[in-house]
Amino acid sequence: MLKYLIRRLLYAIPILIGVNLITFALFFMVNTPDDMARIHLGAKQTTPEMIAAWKQAHGYDKPLFFNGNAEGLDTLTDTLFFQQSVRLFTFDFGLSDSGRDIGADIQQRMWPSLALALPTFLLGLWVNITLALVAVLFRYSRVDKTALVAAVLLMSISGLFYIIGGQVLFSKVLHWVPISGYQPGADAWRFLILPVLIGVFAGLGAGLRWYRTLFLEEVNKDYVRTARAKGLSEWRTLSRHVLRNGLLPILTGVVVVIPTLFMGSLVMESFFGIPGLGSYTIEAIQGQDFAIVKAMVFLGAVLYIAGLILTDIAYAWADPRVRFK
Amino acid sequence: MGLAGCHIPWNDPYPAGTTAKPILLRAFSAPPKHLDPVMSYSSNEWGIISQIYEPPLQYAYLKQPYTLEPLTLTRMPDVRYLNEKGQETTRDRAAFSEYTLHLRGDVRYQPHPAFLAPNRELSAERIAQLTTPYELPTGSRALTADDYAYAIKRMGVRAYQSPILDTMMAHIVGLKKYSENVSQAYEKLKETRSGGGFFDLRPYAIEGVQVVDTQTLKIRIKGVYPQFLYWLSMNFFAPIAWEVDAFYSQPGMKEKNLSLDTWPVGTGPYMLVENNPNFRMRLMPNPNFHAESYPCEASEGVSRALLDDCDQPLPRNGGVLYTLEKESVPYWNKFMQGYYDASGVSSDAFDQAVQLSSSGNIGLTPIMQEKGIRFLGGVQPTIMYFGFNMVDPVIGGLGENQRALRQAVSIALNMEEYISIFLNGRGVAAQGPLPPGIFGYEPPPVGINPFVYRWENGQLVRRSLDEARALLEKAGYANGIDPATGKPLKLYFEAVGASPDDQARLAWLRKQFAKLGIDLVIRATDYNRFQDKMRQGKGQIFMWGWNADYPDPENFLFLLYGKNGVVATGGNGVNYANYANPEFDRLFEQMQTLPNGPERLRMIRTMVHIVQQDAPWVFGFYPRALALYHHWYHNAWPNMMANNTTKYLRVDAAERVERIRQWNEPNRSALWIGLAALLGMGAGAIWLYRRRQQQRAREEGGSC
Amino acid sequence: MIALLWTDVLVWLLVIMLALWGRLAMRDALVRARWQQVFASPLATISAIILITYLKLALLDSIHLRMDDGQLRSLLDLIFYHLLDASERTYSAPFATHEFVKSVVQQDGQVLQVHLPLRHVQPGMVWWDLLLAAALASLVVWLTRRGVPDFFKNGIFARSPRGVFWGTAWGVWFVLIALWLLSHHYHVFGTDKVGNDVLYQAIKSIRTGVLIGTLTTLLMLPLAIGLGVAAGYFKGWVDDIIQYLYTTLNSIPGVLLIAAAVLVMQGMLETHPDWFGSVAERADLRLLFLTLILGLTSWTGLCRLLRAETLKLSAVEYVTAARALGAGHGRILLRHIVPNLMHLVLISIVLDFSGLVLAEAVLTYVGVGVDPTMNSWGNMINAARLEMAREPMVWWTLAAAFVFMSLVVLAANLLSDRIQQVFNPRNA
Repeated sequence: MLKYLIRRLLYAIPILIGVNLITFALFFMVNTPDDMARIHLGAKQTTPEMIAAWKQAHGYDKPLFFNGNAEGLDTLTDTLFFQQSVRLFTFDFGLSDSGRDIGADIQQRMWPSLALALPTFLLGLWVNITLALVAVLFRYSRVDKTALVAAVLLMSISGLFYIIGGQVLFSKVLHWVPISGYQPGADAWRFLILPVLIGVFAGLGAGLRWYRTLFLEEVNKDYVRTARAKGLSEWRTLSRHVLRNGLLPILTGVVVVIPTLFMGSLVMESFFGIPGLGSYTIEAIQGQDFAIVKAMVFLGAVLYIAGLILTDIAYAWADPRVRFK
Repeated sequence: MGLAGCHIPWNDPYPAGTTAKPILLRAFSAPPKHLDPVMSYSSNEWGIISQIYEPPLQYAYLKQPYTLEPLTLTRMPDVRYLNEKGQETTRDRAAFSEYTLHLRGDVRYQPHPAFLAPNRELSAERIAQLTTPYELPTGSRALTADDYAYAIKRMGVRAYQSPILDTMMAHIVGLKKYSENVSQAYEKLKETRSGGGFFDLRPYAIEGVQVVDTQTLKIRIKGVYPQFLYWLSMNFFAPIAWEVDAFYSQPGMKEKNLSLDTWPVGTGPYMLVENNPNFRMRLMPNPNFHAESYPCEASEGVSRALLDDCDQPLPRNGGVLYTLEKESVPYWNKFMQGYYDASGVSSDAFDQAVQLSSSGNIGLTPIMQEKGIRFLGGVQPTIMYFGFNMVDPVIGGLGENQRALRQAVSIALNMEEYISIFLNGRGVAAQGPLPPGIFGYEPPPVGINPFVYRWENGQLVRRSLDEARALLEKAGYANGIDPATGKPLKLYFEAVGASPDDQARLAWLRKQFAKLGIDLVIRATDYNRFQDKMRQGKGQIFMWGWNADYPDPENFLFLLYGKNGVVATGGNGVNYANYANPEFDRLFEQMQTLPNGPERLRMIRTMVHIVQQDAPWVFGFYPRALALYHHWYHNAWPNMMANNTTKYLRVDAAERVERIRQWNEPNRSALWIGLAALLGMGAGAIWLYRRRQQQRAREEGGSC
Repeated sequence: MIALLWTDVLVWLLVIMLALWGRLAMRDALVRARWQQVFASPLATISAIILITYLKLALLDSIHLRMDDGQLRSLLDLIFYHLLDASERTYSAPFATHEFVKSVVQQDGQVLQVHLPLRHVQPGMVWWDLLLAAALASLVVWLTRRGVPDFFKNGIFARSPRGVFWGTAWGVWFVLIALWLLSHHYHVFGTDKVGNDVLYQAIKSIRTGVLIGTLTTLLMLPLAIGLGVAAGYFKGWVDDIIQYLYTTLNSIPGVLLIAAAVLVMQGMLETHPDWFGSVAERADLRLLFLTLILGLTSWTGLCRLLRAETLKLSAVEYVTAARALGAGHGRILLRHIVPNLMHLVLISIVLDFSGLVLAEAVLTYVGVGVDPTMNSWGNMINAARLEMAREPMVWWTLAAAFVFMSLVVLAANLLSDRIQQVFNPRNA
């Protein structure tokens, strides 16, 4: 088990190098460091001296992949790519192009993101599973069919409509919640309740269908019939046996998502003005802040890989039959 | 407070009790990148740091036209003109001008840890624990002339990225030499000490900046440059205490986002006590603020109600809370709910807020009036224009044909329609490069652009399309057909931006050119590449704007000065049209240093006429700023040049709380109905389930 | 005269390919029976007809002509030509006769605030238009029924309920004709900020949506099939490399990868102004690149699926037997493996379609979607956000985008459900 984990971790390194290479190549194909300097220095009266100074201050004055002026190993190490990648691997994200410390910013913005994503995720999971169980309870009846049609309908509507509609109805017309914004601490729920509910609602259609199929498969197995024959009530059979046995597939589908919750939701956060990592990323894309985008891509990749490894662990924990090669 | 808590509206976006404090509630739309006055140069950043820093001069709040007055000085700077040898001489023979600044003695810095010596030698562990500087004990000290000199010295360090260094080098004696020296020294220091460390600028000296005593500073300028006084009202010349520089230079500070760029330290009416640019910022009154009182004089046309607070001590409010509000939609909604004191008017919100009264003046709609909302308006010292690239072979050049083409386009581009569609009338069609409020601007009929307009019955009338078509024919493109290809003439417009609004603008623009039979091709790109193209002189037609740095005609006319051509200067000029007319340039050089007066006015008139005829720009429009503010918000006045006006404003917090409560009564019955529906559905499901169970039991029982 | 854009060519290519493949596949009685079973469901029949209608509109919009004035116009534009010139000044509500906002007019020296009348409406025609549309739709349906008497005989709709089929056909024709007739007399979905007809925008957006939904999958297919099959069949180091490739790509958050790639693309378009001659061509090229980028970031899912299936298939007896008999790799792959993967490919095309249509809107919101000058539902929603903040609200742009977009996504979802149900071996 431990050996397997170590191997997985080692395997993550080439992937992260690959990720780095891809983003790096992409970004320097679009924006030369000169472009970046001009954006960040502002529109009024920029001189070549100022651009050179900025590039030097941010370490963008080195060649990209290969340094012809250096000697020996330095031809490869004294380059923009090498220097920046090495720092990333130690989780030192450095300064953003506008001069703030990215690490500090990420730490600060992680919490609002999590405060939005985690409740959405957990509540969504609970609602989806409950409703799916209810649908299975009434399987093949009119209730079930209505639920299915409703699920397809819900799935077919773009999430943007839910967000716009929800904001207009609950904030503008009914005055129930603030339109957007955020407060840290105990007061946060007033700002989060609407985006969380909208997030859950938007994911309802797909979730309901997914878990319903999953539970239906379980329901048709023999042990459920036996349980039922023993006189257990339908609801008990479902919540005891079916749910427990359905846990494994739920787990594998769900665990991989957990680490990426840190990254936040791009659309939700920017619609509701929540100062998390999602809106951080969007701002970086729009402001072409290479340093931040690179850091976020790297972070996203790390979290994704962490999710995969976690899934494996969860699998082993939930089902002892699984062995690792 | 506990009782009040029960009555807080559910949608209050602030911590409890915030709206009841006498503070201003404002929004910022983008995180300010730089709060360090040496490099900050955007209006949103200045909106904040101008409340904290005090340059020597300021614009008088209630005076029109724009007038400078001393802020930290006892009187306006004295000017002496000197010849090459440093002897006093007359203005027209001057080789140098010398400005003497006399500081008032009662100005002190805000409380800040930098002023206590132990805090400048903190241990790495202590720094690592810090999140704001104010967790440390604080001190203060009096402002001295050295601090102003120190700020100018910081400007000279290349790595500090001052946007005006190159401009100032041309004016301040010895700045160039000093800058080269000090920048080199800085590089050396950086190489030897990788961790940063304090780069003390005190030992270095600038020839033209002389500290006479603690209260007196002399600045020597090359030649005559009367616009220098305007620069002295900008934050670039705000004092910086060396202690603060030393404090923030301690290793480890930068990594905690503790720097002059994030935690400014000034002598102004406010201090920044909370800075989370991703979320919110808070200004509190500076307890050490020097005596300054609300003005008792106002120009004519200023409402007398604005003088109610005459002689009261500043600041008139208890601070400012800025909240990040990136999008216009929630901003507007929160303003309407009372959670922001004031708001601009986006074009989408326009017709629900503003209507034109029967006399054609702007007034508020009944909905707004009912809420007690009031508004302010004024034409900004800004021009938005459509530029032609004068080095382009088709549309540029001073030849007869190309000029006729440009004039034809100038007529066809109906700016009145543009203003009415896209700005809801919040603009004035421009007749020339100078906006109102700037010396040299003359309202029609004197200042009319005769090539585009006629004056009929006391009204401006745009020349007809037939006249434009005639000009086009004269230019060699009869009916818009390019004789070289036999097809409609193709012109290219460099567009920036991608929003749906831009799309409508571009469609409108194409329509305007189509009126002449010209096919306008839109080349949309991002801002970067647009700038690049402009710098290389590759564009053909583009839209650009200029916002006055200071209220002097030179600041606008230099946009058309040949030696500022963006191609001619290799990308550093601001004359993006690359316009170069020898006669205009000659007049510009003379006009530049003249004091405002009849002679200067005569010259400006000629210059304006030349550019009207050459038409290197389609003079677009001068935007009109329009701000709405709530009934509880007092002393608001649109002084377009002054940035430090927060200190004059006052809010009636009790009224604000009351109104917010009225406007935001949550709809409780809908909530009960919703909850009841949910419960009903749950109960229904349970009932259905029970019925099913019984049914099954019956069936099973039957089968057994 | 005819001037095809890049995406025009590709979408027609796609249709031709689908048609050819359909013919080939239909020869197989088993496959044909499967498809007939799919459309035995009334919902699937209705969905298919709606999807085909969208596809036809997209195809009509994908034949461009160069007009005398140098403008590119599609056949669809010609059908709705009257709407091109029917722009008003500013907002007007659906079926309104006057502008939505008041404007200032000078009358007898007095300044008045009034709702100006619209220029291009002729009120009072609604019932006539509807009646005429009903009659015409009946005529069309009657004619097709007469003209193709053995319509249901062998085609894929052989088992679909006739009433439902003809009823839906009539409904679709009725809606189309009615919209077209009404659009002569009203702005059915109102007008936008600069007075352009919203119905026209919504209809023009169909092409964008359908193209993104279909071309993306088409463009990624070669990559996904090639790599997936290679990995599953050859195993060993080939498998390792391909797995490394898609794990790496998968690890990058999708939106970031797309955003970065779109920025690259914009830069490329900018440095090659010779690639396109007009705004429309530029927007088209951007659409093409966007589908390519979406394809490049979404092939990994299908690839993994195909790899797993190939692994399974290559262990199946008849494949091992074929190998033992000395059949070459190419033969085994083409004969035994790829054909057995086709149902997976098909399901993924239908499944991905709705997801991609939805993704377009989100990407456009983030600012990395289609060109802002292009009609698309994403751009419409984006514009509508500002309009919803107005008081009173301007809701019709959002409503039009909602109706047009949700309908096609719903139809695609229902159809893909049904296809999965029928083709999924576990249900067979």
